[in-house]
Amino acid sequence: MKHLLSMADLGADGIEEILRVTDSFVEVTARDIPRVPALRGKTIVSLFYEESTRTRLSFETAARRLSADVMTFSVGSSSVQKGESLKDTVETIQAMGMDAVVVRHASAGVPWQVSQWVDASVVNAGDGWHEHPTQALLDAYTIRERLGSLEGRRIAIVGDIKHSRVARSNVLGFHALGAEVTLVAPPTLLPPSLEGWPCEVTTDLDALLPKLDVIYVLRMQRERMTEAVLPSLREYTSRYGLTARRAANLPDGALVMHPGPMNRGVEIAAEVADAPGTVITRQVANGVAVRMAVLFLLLGSGASIV
Amino acid sequence: MVDATGTRRADVAVRDGVIIEVTDSIEAQGREFDATGCVVAPGLVDLHTHLREPGREEAETVETGSRAAALGGYTAVVAMPNTEPAIDSAAVVRQVLELGRKALVDVRVAGAITVGRAGQQLAPLGEMADLGVRLFTDDGAGVQDARLMRRALEYARGLGVVLAQHCEDESLAAGGHMHEGEWSSRLGIPGIPSEAEELMVARDVALCRLTGAPVHFLHLSTAVSVDLVREAKAAGLPVTAEAAPHHFTLTHESVSAYDTRFKVNPPLRTRADVAAVKVGLADGTIDAIATDHAPHSQEAKEAPFDQAPPGMLGLETALALALTELELPVQQVLALLSWQPARIAGLQGEHGGPVAAGHPANLCVFDADETWTVDRAQLASRSRNTPFDGRALRGRVRHTISGGEAVVVDGVAQR
Repeated sequence: MKHLLSMADLGADGIEEILRVTDSFVEVTARDIPRVPALRGKTIVSLFYEESTRTRLSFETAARRLSADVMTFSVGSSSVQKGESLKDTVETIQAMGMDAVVVRHASAGVPWQVSQWVDASVVNAGDGWHEHPTQALLDAYTIRERLGSLEGRRIAIVGDIKHSRVARSNVLGFHALGAEVTLVAPPTLLPPSLEGWPCEVTTDLDALLPKLDVIYVLRMQRERMTEAVLPSLREYTSRYGLTARRAANLPDGALVMHPGPMNRGVEIAAEVADAPGTVITRQVANGVAVRMAVLFLLLGSGASIV
Repeated sequence: MVDATGTRRADVAVRDGVIIEVTDSIEAQGREFDATGCVVAPGLVDLHTHLREPGREEAETVETGSRAAALGGYTAVVAMPNTEPAIDSAAVVRQVLELGRKALVDVRVAGAITVGRAGQQLAPLGEMADLGVRLFTDDGAGVQDARLMRRALEYARGLGVVLAQHCEDESLAAGGHMHEGEWSSRLGIPGIPSEAEELMVARDVALCRLTGAPVHFLHLSTAVSVDLVREAKAAGLPVTAEAAPHHFTLTHESVSAYDTRFKVNPPLRTRADVAAVKVGLADGTIDAIATDHAPHSQEAKEAPFDQAPPGMLGLETALALALTELELPVQQVLALLSWQPARIAGLQGEHGGPVAAGHPANLCVFDADETWTVDRAQLASRSRNTPFDGRALRGRVRHTISGGEAVVVDGVAQR
């Protein structure tokens, strides 16, 4: 594996391998000193054109726990503000020496472009509406940790699918691991075409709830109200929000997931977010181990995990 | 030799910019050009060229664009008015025509319909028409306001000029960067639905009926657009249409690796749309192949997909793409590339043939069977944004004679 750009590139075997390696790093992160020398001497750059403290911290923590050197490129206070092009920025960083670059950008496809311009490995940490593969990996890991396997599991992804890189990566990842995925959203929040998507789609969340093993709730962004895709947040909540009443219709043991940050009271009720079936903090914890696994598999050729 | 009158075998003699003799065999006096195994045709005419001058000379100039045109077999191009400043006044028209005097081919100008192409106020169409402008468009954008477009058409009818529309309903297309459908959904790129184009084609067919003024539809890209134009023609309305080579050769799937060279407006659409454009070209619904040659610097195209400017080169590959992809007789391909666009641009008599004594010596000589591979490093355009790099094509220009001057000889530009 040279880059991690899309879940589509991994396939079931690739995903399984990353999840297997993640097991080892979950063990490492539970140690008193959660650090291994696997990537000593390697330099990993985090290049976040779109602020995301959670994802950036998760990657940087993962890199440090592997003993890699971490460079943080902060777009807000850099030459980018002075009009430097994406390519020039990337080539400048490359010239300083790096082994991997973790890229987050508001435009779909930027990690692909960066991978054309540099010799280093590129990790997609979220590109526009397109993909967020490490999120999908940590989600799959979390489900497997709780339910044993994704094979045959019924998973609903609810909310703003159209603008969601998390949904795109998760549909591919969950399907590859054998789950049956259903998208639940008003048509204005669905992609214009679902041709080729390995999933079902419905607008009736209530009918689906009793059959689910996992309900994956997406963040509802307030900006959408100005784009005439929804009349109001209240109307969204009444039809698609995971309220306490709806959560009560889930089977026992069903998981409630969310990529964060949550809008409590909009897509998920506060009491549901804090209930025992909710594995949101577990997702965050597993995120570090999954990202360690990804960086290790990209850069750790020959090294043992220890 | 192939022109609108037919196909025959003959020699051609040219003197002082005029064809003086076309007969079976002419004893050469002066310079002789070998056309063995080649088609000798009227020079090609491009209705849709972005020469970028004034304002964007880093991407193209009248000189470099005209050299690319000559190498592509063109003897006339119509320069689009979306320059900086826009060609929306007699002064800018004069400036571009002046630059064109030194060019390798005949450079004509399309004027803007509205001031600054802003869609608010009618540009001085009459003053520009007095300088010979025959085609007007806000290309790059469509005239959004139906009432303004109606008035523009009425006014244009009085001048005997043609309005050409870039059909795109901005409210529906807003924010889009590729064709809306399977690939935009998968790639997470905001889409432009086909209906954004079709709405305006339908509206302007209606306005054509209302005003009786001719309308030329630029770069049709969807099956429904082709149908709308076909129905309008059947109803006897004075409409004409063009299609760009990339719209009969490439689909939205090309965008799958986020290569910005495949970003263009109107966007690359589906296989069914490509097939419909081909049918439209074959059955006469679409009158012309126009390149929409749109040079952009490497720097501009090396941006994220949703920030890169739309557009691709076309002049040096159009003839070969038509010969390779259309499966039409050579004469029909030339009708689409030469005499039909010449008529739409008001250039009949000057360009588009016939190849006969007394007519201007604007000629294109090409080998319809020679195969070659597009190499973007070898292009004459100042820019490199061709989506056809590395593609093997059939049909290569050997000589171009523009106004009696051999501007391309054996595939090499002479200046």
